[in-house]
Amino acid sequence: MNHSFDEISAQLKKRHRKSARLKWISMGALGLAGLFLVLFFSDMLNKGLPAFQQAYIQVEVDYNEDATRMGRAAMDREISSLVSRSFERLIPGMIRDNPDLLGTSEQRWVLANSQVDQYLKGHRNKLSEEERARVDELAESGQVELKFNTTFFTNGDSKMAESAGILAAVVGTVMTMLVTLAIAFPIGVMTAVYLEEFAPDNRLTQLIEININNLAAIPSILFGLLGLAIFINFFGVPRSSPLVGGMTLALMTLPVIIIATRTALRSVPDSIRHAAFGVGCSRWQAVRDHVLPLAMPGIMTGSIIGLAQAMGETAPLIIVGMVAFIPDVGISFTNAATVMPAQVFTWAGEPERAFVEKTAGGILVLLSILIALNATAVVLRKKFERRW
Amino acid sequence: MQTNPLLALFGGALLLLGLIAFFIGRAKAARVRAAGVAMHAQPDQYAWFAVLATAGPALLVSALGAFVMLLLGAEIPVPYLLAGSLIIAALGLMFGINKAKPDFHARQAIERVIGWILIGAALISIFTTFGILFSIVFEALRFFQMHSFWDFITGTVWNPGASFLVAAGRGDEGGAAAQFGSVPLFAGTFMITAIAMLVAIPVGLLSAIYMSEFAPARVRTFAKPTLEVLAGIPTVVYGFFAAITVAPIIVNVAGFFGLDASFNNAVAPGLVMGIMIIPFISSLSDDVINSVPDSMRQGSLALGMTKSETIRDVVIPAALPGIISASLLAVSRALGETMIVVMAAGMRPNLTANPLEDMTTVTVRIVAALTGDLEFESAETLSAFALGLVLFAVTLSLNLVSVIMIRRFREKYRVNNL
Repeated sequence: MNHSFDEISAQLKKRHRKSARLKWISMGALGLAGLFLVLFFSDMLNKGLPAFQQAYIQVEVDYNEDATRMGRAAMDREISSLVSRSFERLIPGMIRDNPDLLGTSEQRWVLANSQVDQYLKGHRNKLSEEERARVDELAESGQVELKFNTTFFTNGDSKMAESAGILAAVVGTVMTMLVTLAIAFPIGVMTAVYLEEFAPDNRLTQLIEININNLAAIPSILFGLLGLAIFINFFGVPRSSPLVGGMTLALMTLPVIIIATRTALRSVPDSIRHAAFGVGCSRWQAVRDHVLPLAMPGIMTGSIIGLAQAMGETAPLIIVGMVAFIPDVGISFTNAATVMPAQVFTWAGEPERAFVEKTAGGILVLLSILIALNATAVVLRKKFERRW
Repeated sequence: MQTNPLLALFGGALLLLGLIAFFIGRAKAARVRAAGVAMHAQPDQYAWFAVLATAGPALLVSALGAFVMLLLGAEIPVPYLLAGSLIIAALGLMFGINKAKPDFHARQAIERVIGWILIGAALISIFTTFGILFSIVFEALRFFQMHSFWDFITGTVWNPGASFLVAAGRGDEGGAAAQFGSVPLFAGTFMITAIAMLVAIPVGLLSAIYMSEFAPARVRTFAKPTLEVLAGIPTVVYGFFAAITVAPIIVNVAGFFGLDASFNNAVAPGLVMGIMIIPFISSLSDDVINSVPDSMRQGSLALGMTKSETIRDVVIPAALPGIISASLLAVSRALGETMIVVMAAGMRPNLTANPLEDMTTVTVRIVAALTGDLEFESAETLSAFALGLVLFAVTLSLNLVSVIMIRRFREKYRVNNL
């Protein structure tokens, strides 16, 4: 094979071009992932931010005799079709609680219904032509306005889009996470301490290790089946409760905490242990007083990340029934509750257009909490990370 | 809930006994030591031993009793059980205090007990695996008693239809008999998984190559956590995104080419799932490529190969076990993914090769079977466990193969941090 110098250098050029091409293609792949992330977040913001605003309407409420039976009668017929039914339902109760109101009237800002809300935001709605004209008129005179949506943060779920809120789900999430942490954190840390500091290198230890790695990769929905068959059907834990949800999620979070704790324990140098043994500490004393405190920042970081993961989990919770409709905010470990991702799932299944916005709004709340948690973990790691 | 005050009473009594044990034990040990006798441990350690001797056996007995009640259905009256436990606690208290003597190694005794507690904690993860296995197998067996295993594996029609009527004892009312042929479900699952892998493997692998071979360190430290964000987004959010944003786009694009796509097509969940899985592949591949020894790259470059040739012919083949292992983990992840398909894929079992049609998956059917208001005993509900069993078996074997491959790689290159 005789190649001239020219042939070889031409070939070389081609090969270098190929090399450059791989670089650009692989860069493009990374760029593609980044682009998706940007598109995704802008789409969510675009869909979800309107949920933080809500149409309110100023009405003349006339507390007359008819209104004690039917709230609708307290308002002008033409206006009442624009007002949220959740307010109409309140009126008879208001008069009952405060009989002096009877016979008086007042101007009030109340929730408009979701159709008016969607119309003002320029989305599809079911208002008739006249109603649209009336809303336009009211908007011109400042009697219909988009205001910050406090209802969204202070209410539980509702079948009426305008008064559906995320608070019940947030409370449910907090309760569930408390259960999860209370179970997963001690057991996870104890398991990791055993495996790193106490365990002899035998069959049992290897079995436990393989098993933990495997648990980390089992589909989450199977944990739901476990929760249903064992916690609910066998042990009789109440269905849909934060207790059963938290227990199920705890088993899922366990591997994350164990793996993080082991890494943290391993990064504590042996000289610390040797020094402790040197002054007469027993194994447990060395771990309790010296190794664990030094590993704590790493353990906390891992646990927070595990917690964030558990917080976004939905599938196992659906299986144990935590997709309940929860209109009232209640603090109990054994009553039915819902969590943020499950609430998002429920809203995503509602046919009304206004709920798309609520869903995206709920997603934004969920994502902000997750980002805050992860940021805390990063800060913790940066602040306490120690190079030995 | 009449047992609650009883339990509180029990807890309070136990706590009181524990406190008594602690203070008496310490006082006794301190007295012995003050008399000038050399002891094997500190007074506090004798005190803690007394506490363990009081609470440990009592808790163990009450837990055992509760478990026996649940497992064997034997009725042990709760008050008697708790009272018995308290008596054992009192006995333990006396034993613990009695042991506060100079020649007793209290510290070693505590150490041993703590060792057992730690082993107990470590065994919980094993119990979890067995719990999953037993709960699924047990219910799945009940399903296979009603419907044959062979029909389940090979049948092409999934129509649970009237099975709830059978469970309610009205079997002859409903029209067609229920059919549980799982082939369409698996076909749908594999279709969506395949689409996800078509997205995730090229993008994830190329990103990993860029990050480990080309990118300057600054880009790397920024890009890696950014990619990880993709894995941190809850799946329910991806599901919403796939259903509301991606699916209509797919329908429009298909319409542009004159194709008819369903709004529940398999492409939208597949694409979005693929994007979700990118970091699983890129992160592990990146680690693996990084741990291929540099001497191999240098050898290849010294022979005159270009950078891309080195990557293609030296680095990637060396890292292949790790990359395959990452891909298998990703497949197992995609098979078990639930929320994206529940929200974006169809509900109708459909045996088709056209990804633009709606099709359903194993996980969708599990959720559908368990969220309805059906009787737990009905064949449809139990079929969820049969499907779960298959899912468990498939993902378990994928995980095990993946672990074995990564272990091979680690041993070959003596890498410890994978």
